[in-house]
Amino acid sequence: MAELFIYGVVLGSIIALGSIGLTLVFGILRFANFAHGDLMTAGAYVALFLVTGLFSWLGISDNPFIPLSFGLRMLFAIPISMITIALIAILLDRILYQPLRKKKSGTVILAMAALGASFIIQMAVLILWGADSLFYKPGVLRPALELPLEIKIRPDQIFIILIVSLSIAILHLFLKHTRMGKAMRATADNPELARVTGIDTGRIIKWTWGIGGGMAAMGGILYGIDVQLHPGMGWGFLLPLFAATILGGIGNMYGALIGALVMGVVQQISTAYLLPTYKPAVAFIIMILILLVRPQGIFGGRS
Amino acid sequence: MSLLEVTDITAGYGETDILDSVSIELHEKEIVSIIGPNGAGKSTLLKTIFGLLTPRKGSIKLQNEEITGLSPDRIVRKGMGYVPQVENAFPSLSVHENLEMGAFIRTDDYRDKLEEIYGLFPMLLKRRTEKVGRLSGGMRQMVAMGRTLMLDPKVLLLDEPTASLAPLLIRMIFEKIIEINRKGVAMIIVEQNAKETLKISDRGYVLAMGRKVFEDSGQTLLKNEEIGKLYLGG
Amino acid sequence: MEIGGIVAYLVSLAILAGIYAVFTLGLNIQWGYTGLFNIGIAGFFCIGAYTSALITTPMPTGIYAHYVHQIFGWNLPFLLGILGAAVVCGLIAFLIGIPTLRLREDYLAIATIGIAETIRLIFNNERWLANGPRGLMGLPQPLQEMIDPRHYNYLYLIIILLILVIIYLAIERAIRSPWGRVLRAIREDEISTAMSGKDIFSFKIQSLIFGSMIMGIGGALYAHYTKAISPDVFTPLYGTFIIWVMLMVGGSGNNKGAILGAFVVWGIWTGTKFMTDLLPYTLKARAPYIRFLLIGILLEIILVYRPQGLLGEEKKVSKMMEE
Repeated sequence: MAELFIYGVVLGSIIALGSIGLTLVFGILRFANFAHGDLMTAGAYVALFLVTGLFSWLGISDNPFIPLSFGLRMLFAIPISMITIALIAILLDRILYQPLRKKKSGTVILAMAALGASFIIQMAVLILWGADSLFYKPGVLRPALELPLEIKIRPDQIFIILIVSLSIAILHLFLKHTRMGKAMRATADNPELARVTGIDTGRIIKWTWGIGGGMAAMGGILYGIDVQLHPGMGWGFLLPLFAATILGGIGNMYGALIGALVMGVVQQISTAYLLPTYKPAVAFIIMILILLVRPQGIFGGRS
Repeated sequence: MSLLEVTDITAGYGETDILDSVSIELHEKEIVSIIGPNGAGKSTLLKTIFGLLTPRKGSIKLQNEEITGLSPDRIVRKGMGYVPQVENAFPSLSVHENLEMGAFIRTDDYRDKLEEIYGLFPMLLKRRTEKVGRLSGGMRQMVAMGRTLMLDPKVLLLDEPTASLAPLLIRMIFEKIIEINRKGVAMIIVEQNAKETLKISDRGYVLAMGRKVFEDSGQTLLKNEEIGKLYLGG
Repeated sequence: MEIGGIVAYLVSLAILAGIYAVFTLGLNIQWGYTGLFNIGIAGFFCIGAYTSALITTPMPTGIYAHYVHQIFGWNLPFLLGILGAAVVCGLIAFLIGIPTLRLREDYLAIATIGIAETIRLIFNNERWLANGPRGLMGLPQPLQEMIDPRHYNYLYLIIILLILVIIYLAIERAIRSPWGRVLRAIREDEISTAMSGKDIFSFKIQSLIFGSMIMGIGGALYAHYTKAISPDVFTPLYGTFIIWVMLMVGGSGNNKGAILGAFVVWGIWTGTKFMTDLLPYTLKARAPYIRFLLIGILLEIILVYRPQGLLGEEKKVSKMMEE
């Protein structure tokens, strides 16, 4: 059980990268970005391209940093993929969501457009890589470490927890202490007032997508490192992402983090009683419960 | 010289017009109040001046420059500030951060200005790290005013600054308004609390049913019994 | 290719387009008229198909019982299968609607995604229900004894078109009734409609149930056409997304638009198959994905440049004209 809990924290950390971005977008742009899970997929596959394709061609060494399962290539691939997906997210907003916002199309049309974008990304991945599950480093043995309490955890997973913690800490500092970060929080509070104060909401929106996209990309990559890559992985994250975001309160970044950890742990513990394939269903049930009982989430964001 | 000239404004929401050919003026360092019954269009007038609404007819000039139809974030850069009646501060940001947001478009070092604002509102200094969402209505009003003042506006539009405040706070807000005015900021105040507002106003306009029905100096309007009966409810 | 082949091909094209048209009509009631954002169509597709399958096939006996597990098998005729599909879907819609219909629109959407996923997972994992991932095969077709199997599709097409027309007329009737007008009023302006005393929730549930029953019928029609179903047929892509594209392309809020959209999009979908047949061998396996990518882009273009679809919404009936 303790092992399930630890793994739940690992999974939760990955979900957190997505749900924090999702809650930022939800808070500032007020719509449900159904494409967010697929931003994670895109990030994972861009990294795959880099690690198994471009960097291999460039001759960069691939010796893993023992005891981790990856090496130099992945170290370069992560930031490059994050930046790529950040740009893609900004571009997506520019060509799809922004025109719809200008037409005052309503949250449902925007959500529908996001749904379409989600499928387009999935199809692109399927076209380029096919439907099979892939790995960053196929055939690698991934030995687990033994920790006290007889918990087994892989070094990769420790890395995941550490890097997610670091990223969230950096994001926190950014939002709390930088001018742009404060402006983002202000815009999330009240976009109209922010505009009226002179804050350039266009730039804020770009930053939001950039951060959301970049974090999603990292989430996808980490999942790929830990488990595997497959084209539907992002779609499979959609329910836990939304459940985490709603649980924590829309627009509340720290709530999204807690919500994600809760979702990760609950989903993992559920595998003691249900088939693992039912994990999304578990996420779904929790989400429905929250929506019925306390729609503003634990920490009360927008409802 | 007119600082702000609003001429023949007809404006409204959707298909209905709320304002019908309203003209007002604001001179430098003046306090002008706009009073009248509910639904007369007072708030609508302020919103139109600030660019939140585009008038169907008429013109608005700030220091002889046409600003009709400009968006609020452009107007704010031209030296006009607006304090809405509700939702006028960022609840999840601290007092200090709210003021910082007010100075967002400033490219210079605005610490002096911050000190000045804290000097004006010492109670804000004491609570500068608190989240504005937790503060009382009166404090929030001061945060909102302080925030707009960070840009050194020449004109300040106040929409019902004392709405739903306790009498002690109302007095304090009016004192602050006078102080701000002494520093050279001209103001247009929309108020339900007509008597108190007229007392501190140089001039006043009475709006009813979207039209201007009276205009005169603050004192004259105050003494006018007819207006007192019809419009100065309390 | 000889005429006979082409005609047969067009017939199967029309059958599937017709089946999807049924779904699109059902969605139109929920979204086009009531404004419910249901992204869980695949769930009703699945339940409708399986219900009809279970009703119309016999319980496996003898050796078969080792390989095929189902929760029941009544071996009843086709029409009862369709009816059963509609009833069960309506019931499920009712159960789903109770907790979810009070939610805000995009939350409702996510809830419906979850429901469809859960339904699919259950059918996939619970072998005892309907044979799990292997699904059910050998589903009977109505009146199949009467025609040579080579020509059966013509008959089925007629059946489908008949059912489609019946459903279309039924919906048109319902929409023009006072009930239908309330639905449209809800979509236009929920708050005012609520203030005029209408029980919004009850109307939304009725709309959800009505639409879902029609989707159930669509699922049944599909099952008896393909004669074999399994959970991986009812994916978000084929079971939900494509239907949304059809409705948006044709014109939401317009029943003729719904049917038109189904035929147009299905036509594009199969049309692109010919284009991708020209692709080099290496890309052939990826062809369906390329085609779906185009469908996705089609949706985005419609949303941005012509959100009302080809036919646009029917002329709105002003609230002042009713009662």
